[in-house]
Amino acid sequence: MKEIFLKFKGSKTVLEAEVINPNVFAGKKLSEIENLTVYHGNRRAKLGEFFDVEGSTSEDARELRIVVEGDLEKVKRIGENMSEGEILIKGNAGMHTGDFMSGGRIVVEGNVASFCATEMKGGEFIVKGDAGDYLGSAYRGNWIGMQGGLIVVEGNVGRESCAHMSGGKAIIRGTAGDFAGVHMRKGTIIIEGKANRAGAQMIGGTIVILTNVDPLPSFELVGEESDIEVDGERFSGTFLKYIGDKAELRAKGTLYIRK
Amino acid sequence: MKIILKNGYVYDPINNINGEVMDIFIKDGKIVNEFREKDAKVIDCKGKVVMPGAIDIHSHIAGGKVNTGRILRPEDHRRFVIARKFKNGKFFRSGAGFSVPSTRITGYLYAKMGYTMAFTPALPPLMARHTHEELSSIPIIDKGALTLMGNNWFVMKYLKAGEIEKCAAFAAWLLKAVKGYAIKVVNPGGGEAWGWGKNVTSLEDRVPYFDITPKEIIEGLMKVNEMLKLPHSEHLHTINLGRVGNYETTIKTMKLARGLENRDRHVLQITHAQFHSYGGESWKSFESKAYEVAKAVNKMKNVAIDVGFVTLDPTTTMTADGPMEYYLSSLTHLKWTNKDIELETAPGVTPYNYSPKSAVSSVQWAVGLELALLVEDPWRVMLTTDHPNGGPFIRYPRIIAWLMSRKYREDFMKNMNKAVEKRAIISSLDREYDLYEIAIITRASQARALGLKEKGHLGVGADADVAVYDINPEELNTAEYEKIERAFSNAYLTIKSGEIVVKEGEVVNEFYGKTYYVDVEVEEELMQEVERDLDYYFKRYYSVNLANYPVSLDYLTNPTKIERKIERVKVIK
Ligand SMILES: [Zn+2]
Repeated sequence: MKEIFLKFKGSKTVLEAEVINPNVFAGKKLSEIENLTVYHGNRRAKLGEFFDVEGSTSEDARELRIVVEGDLEKVKRIGENMSEGEILIKGNAGMHTGDFMSGGRIVVEGNVASFCATEMKGGEFIVKGDAGDYLGSAYRGNWIGMQGGLIVVEGNVGRESCAHMSGGKAIIRGTAGDFAGVHMRKGTIIIEGKANRAGAQMIGGTIVILTNVDPLPSFELVGEESDIEVDGERFSGTFLKYIGDKAELRAKGTLYIRK
Repeated sequence: MKIILKNGYVYDPINNINGEVMDIFIKDGKIVNEFREKDAKVIDCKGKVVMPGAIDIHSHIAGGKVNTGRILRPEDHRRFVIARKFKNGKFFRSGAGFSVPSTRITGYLYAKMGYTMAFTPALPPLMARHTHEELSSIPIIDKGALTLMGNNWFVMKYLKAGEIEKCAAFAAWLLKAVKGYAIKVVNPGGGEAWGWGKNVTSLEDRVPYFDITPKEIIEGLMKVNEMLKLPHSEHLHTINLGRVGNYETTIKTMKLARGLENRDRHVLQITHAQFHSYGGESWKSFESKAYEVAKAVNKMKNVAIDVGFVTLDPTTTMTADGPMEYYLSSLTHLKWTNKDIELETAPGVTPYNYSPKSAVSSVQWAVGLELALLVEDPWRVMLTTDHPNGGPFIRYPRIIAWLMSRKYREDFMKNMNKAVEKRAIISSLDREYDLYEIAIITRASQARALGLKEKGHLGVGADADVAVYDINPEELNTAEYEKIERAFSNAYLTIKSGEIVVKEGEVVNEFYGKTYYVDVEVEEELMQEVERDLDYYFKRYYSVNLANYPVSLDYLTNPTKIERKIERVKVIK
């Protein structure tokens, strides 16, 4: 694995840097990488203006890891559209990190802002801290959210995570804000902590909540199950099984809540 | 500016010109008699097709629900973006939206295809000011708005009471007040019933409170239309749109036109007939009944249709038929919104993805084409998609190519759900439209339907709205359908009001077109009676003052009045 190190010099204004992507870096010299375009407010700028670039490049994106260092809360769109390789973010990351990714792996050691891993199709998106709102959801207005791949958040997530989820798996170790999995069609969400109003308007897919919470009243209790297995994951204990959201026509979503 | 279009193959059905090689002379915005070439701009159109500018009689391009659609669909705007452009010392503005484009690019996109006029078909009177504000920022094309009346409280009240003269006077007042062009009826009575959580499903159903039937509303307004001698016919979206097995209602609806006549045009337009030609018992047995509907149209000489083709694209549906939109959204689980307009109408909006893989969508695609191919008289057919309901208007060139090329239809069907072969008859239809027939359904029949004598043809005195396409009829091979589609997508030349606005598919000039509206004067005593009612009901039920209701001409670009003077409103029995 070849590594490229990007050290953030800071910026007062928001920076859009979708070029930080192994697919884009592959086959480029360090000087070419420094010359890539980023958007600084309404101005075009060069990546090198905002980042020190070091390390060694590769022809093959699969053999490339980009390590980004610094407080990147104001840097948006890192890893957007990536399909191969790795990005390691040592710090917090801004909005739209990992949007539309279809493969490869992004690891964020800090927190991520809202609208990250939007409409993700494949790959892995790992967050050691917390995530903002709309993690793995559909982009504004759209009705197809995450379609494949894996999201893992060690901390808490904000509201409407995995909205319109249509495939893939998301594991949330902490608490989920309101409406996790709203409008869900397919896929799996596992929430270890509390989750309020999870699965509203879902018509398919499965949500497992490992903490005892009240479901929305439009979910129908169909029975109890013990030591369940969902999407390759096993969970011990007794679970209440609900079908819903019955506010929708012919809804067949499954909601497990630990008893 | 003087222009001569030299040696093109001219297709001008209103003047019976079918592909003759001719010169067209343009001066001061009009088609004129021959003049000398000196100081005129001479354009060589050899080997090219020359047609009048195309007309779209039914396209939701402005108004309350169109804007509601834009707000509802940011993702539609994200997928289709046109950047600002600098050309000939002018800035052409940016815009976005595949199925609900923003106003400015609506004008550009129409002009690019050789279209020079489009009417928005569902003006809710109370939203008239807003609708005209949107229309007034659509450049290049001429415009107009059909006015919703089929669920209007005054209309239902007068018709129920048998006061058809008053209904006519009210319609005249309303058209003038909102600067509307024609009587549009959508799901008559159903919109009002929706306010009570209900709908109407047969022509004999009774509308809550008003106790009137859809049949009585349709017939009443058809008579009102002729009593006022309006340029266009009643423009009717009948009940049960989009419902399985609705074709019988459609045929029954057409029969309501029996006995009524107009010398210049049909008396009833069944709009987006495609959405009303469905058979089957349930969605599982959904099938085309285009054959039956076309047969009825062939018999009823005083009825015309605009097709409302389905183009198999992801689009936005929007109709004044609120309950239908709600029903559709509950099937798709997609977002939906309603826009209640007080005493007048209640449109709904929801996205819809017509997928070629879906049995229902692929049959709907066939239904539209079958209607166009089976109705024998092209003068009673108009090309529309009910934009954006069946698909966006930018797909018209593709529809033209489907109609002209059997091969295109066959190739397109290869990737479609097999239902299209079993539950529709499209694959057995050999007919291919020729350029003359295309000119009829995209220009001539639409101009005639609108009753606009200066439009849709290239005779002396006509408005100089002209489209030139890079197609050589002598070498036309309908198996090469991509060429047809490309040529109609990118007009070689679009001339609007005698000025060149598009060159080789690119907009090069812009200004504002005319906005047509109807002004009918009826006898004073009758109008006074209606005004007393207006006063009373506006005070009681409307949220706006009567004086603030009419739209002034300041809101219209180049307002163009079609006048009628009725000495004495005569009841048609
Ligand atoms: Zn319509």
